[in-house]
Amino acid sequence: MTVMEQRGAYRPTPPPAWQPRTDPAPLLPDAEPYRVLGTEAAAGADPELLRRLHAELVKGRRYNAQATALTKQGRLAVYPSSTGQEACEVAAALVLEQQDWLFPSYRDTLAVVARGVDPVEALTLLRGDWHTGYDPHEHRVAPLSTPLATQLPHAVGLAHAARLKGDDVVALAMVGDGGTSEGDFHEALNFAAVWQAPVVFLVQNNGFAISVPLAKQTAAPSLAHKAVGYGMPGRLVDGNDAVAVHEVLADAVRHARAGGGPTLVEAITYRVEAHTNADDATRYRGDSEVETWKRHDPIALLERELTGRGLLDDDAVETARRDAEAMAADLRARMNQDPALDPMELFAHVYAEPTPQLLEQREQLRAELAAGDEPEGAQR
Amino acid sequence: MTTVAVKPATMAQALTRAMRDAMAADPSVHVMGEDVGTLGGVFRITDGLAKEFGEDRCTDTPLAEAGILGTAVGMAMYGMRPVVEMQFDAFAYPAFEQLLSHVAKTRNRTRGKMPLPLTIRVPYGGGIGGVEHHSDSSEAYYMATPGLHVVTPATVADAYGLLRASIASDDPVVFLEPKRLYWSKDSWNPDDPTSVEPIGRAVVRRSGRSATLITYGPSVPVCMEAAEAARAEGWDLEVVDLRSLVPFDDETVCASVRRTGRAVVVHESGGFGGPGGEIAARVTERCFHHLEAPVLRVAGFDLPYPPPMLERHHLPGVDRILDAVGRLQWEAES
Repeated sequence: MTVMEQRGAYRPTPPPAWQPRTDPAPLLPDAEPYRVLGTEAAAGADPELLRRLHAELVKGRRYNAQATALTKQGRLAVYPSSTGQEACEVAAALVLEQQDWLFPSYRDTLAVVARGVDPVEALTLLRGDWHTGYDPHEHRVAPLSTPLATQLPHAVGLAHAARLKGDDVVALAMVGDGGTSEGDFHEALNFAAVWQAPVVFLVQNNGFAISVPLAKQTAAPSLAHKAVGYGMPGRLVDGNDAVAVHEVLADAVRHARAGGGPTLVEAITYRVEAHTNADDATRYRGDSEVETWKRHDPIALLERELTGRGLLDDDAVETARRDAEAMAADLRARMNQDPALDPMELFAHVYAEPTPQLLEQREQLRAELAAGDEPEGAQR
Repeated sequence: MTTVAVKPATMAQALTRAMRDAMAADPSVHVMGEDVGTLGGVFRITDGLAKEFGEDRCTDTPLAEAGILGTAVGMAMYGMRPVVEMQFDAFAYPAFEQLLSHVAKTRNRTRGKMPLPLTIRVPYGGGIGGVEHHSDSSEAYYMATPGLHVVTPATVADAYGLLRASIASDDPVVFLEPKRLYWSKDSWNPDDPTSVEPIGRAVVRRSGRSATLITYGPSVPVCMEAAEAARAEGWDLEVVDLRSLVPFDDETVCASVRRTGRAVVVHESGGFGGPGGEIAARVTERCFHHLEAPVLRVAGFDLPYPPPMLERHHLPGVDRILDAVGRLQWEAES
């Protein structure tokens, strides 16, 4: 008898047979992004929903164009455009009920506006003002989050708190492909799954984190596959197919509302513009790639379907265009007015009550302002 | 002195009682962290809370500090008052982005519309023979972050009162618990309503005329001991316990230094870039003409926290404090 065989004779009782804690098969995303437009499923789509999505997408595209123009006129400090991603932005807002909460990233002001927030308020921060503009409680939209993926655990905590209170609230949290590499993405998904919190995570995979393509961001089969590791379903959807995005998100919201826990949705889309107006996309990608994606434009895809089914006549197109122009004209007019900025207010909301130290510093600034001093070399 | 029956209690018991009373008084108070539920925390500070209030109100979270604090932010956004336990000082660092970018700024960046009433309890400091990453004095990081209150008790009564005040605060509070004082005992009556102190007020722990020792948290008992020992040298030292590093009580500190004319700041945190530099500067700016000597600092060395077998050389002790007091230019008086 060998030594190993002798050892085998003394092997202790083995632990209970291992089993997976969750069957991973139902959690796996489909092999292909889910599509409705251009498929047989499109025939079943609700005409009202199609018309509504179309009008919102047209308005959204105009909003993006207007905001970008405002950066060139010095009326916005910076604008991260969601041109080409309007289907995701609009659907994210439309699938939520009034009592639900939206957690946007900095690229998601269009979703914020689609949820009902005044565009001027939605753009406050990007204008160069010191606060996030809108009252988060009014439309149940969390303040725009600039540090990547940090808003995701907030969504989980809020949804968890609402459930503990017995309230019917779902939180939908938005993040980009780059954000999925952040630790907060991982921790948020893990907490959400452990707590079975009513949260939907929408990843807009627009191909780039500023300049870095997805291939350098992850080796996962897809971003939706990451869901399986947390024990939640992952769904893959064509992010430029507004009907498909709406359907997948609505399903996930319904699932969360029914107590089924979180879902991770990866929407495949494309950032048609540069990262922001301050970025130069020609340094890291070619025109042909952009042109390819422009042929898969969310508005064009939807219009093809609507026209094919006779749901979109010239009047409807003209009405959508006119509404979008009116929104842009109003935004332009109001953004061209200087905001009322009171430097003294910088001290007002750091704490519920300013500390004695802040009161001293506030008096210092007040005295400087009273003396008419402008900081030397300061930007106006 | 009152005649109410007071029993000796530990700081740990006072902290537990503070959370228990806060949870009983306000259903929006939720305790969350690693091992805080069934185990009652590695220091047993949350002992019994899960049993009394249920696991929905005293929750064992996954082991992820950014996730703990990030979800607590979301809960606070929905009107709850989370009390987060970070297991050790150095294990709180993964939560810094949430702390600096959201906890500290959300009230401000929403123009007051979204206050975050949450308390972050952090056991901190050395002196318990902890291995690496278990003994950091991290207060300077928090102090340097506008939007946070930074509070640290040194007595059993303050542990209760300041934690109650922190949980009741509508602002985020980093509540630093001097872990080597967890088992310190004192006569303490938890039913005394005056035991809830407002945040932001320092207290004179010992009156004296020769010089002021300005200190907080784990260094308060050391300074009290030093003040007793100083009597043999003919020095009558005053000891000011800051209790709150942010907001800072310039008034109490400067009133003391103006009386004594000399000051030493004592803390475990490293001296370079530590709280003592800020405090010495504030005192000098405000009390210059009352000072008989430069404000001195007795701090930990500027080292990664030393191992248990050597930490006694690092921590400010009575002798080092008395040496500093001896350097306060007394010769000018003789």
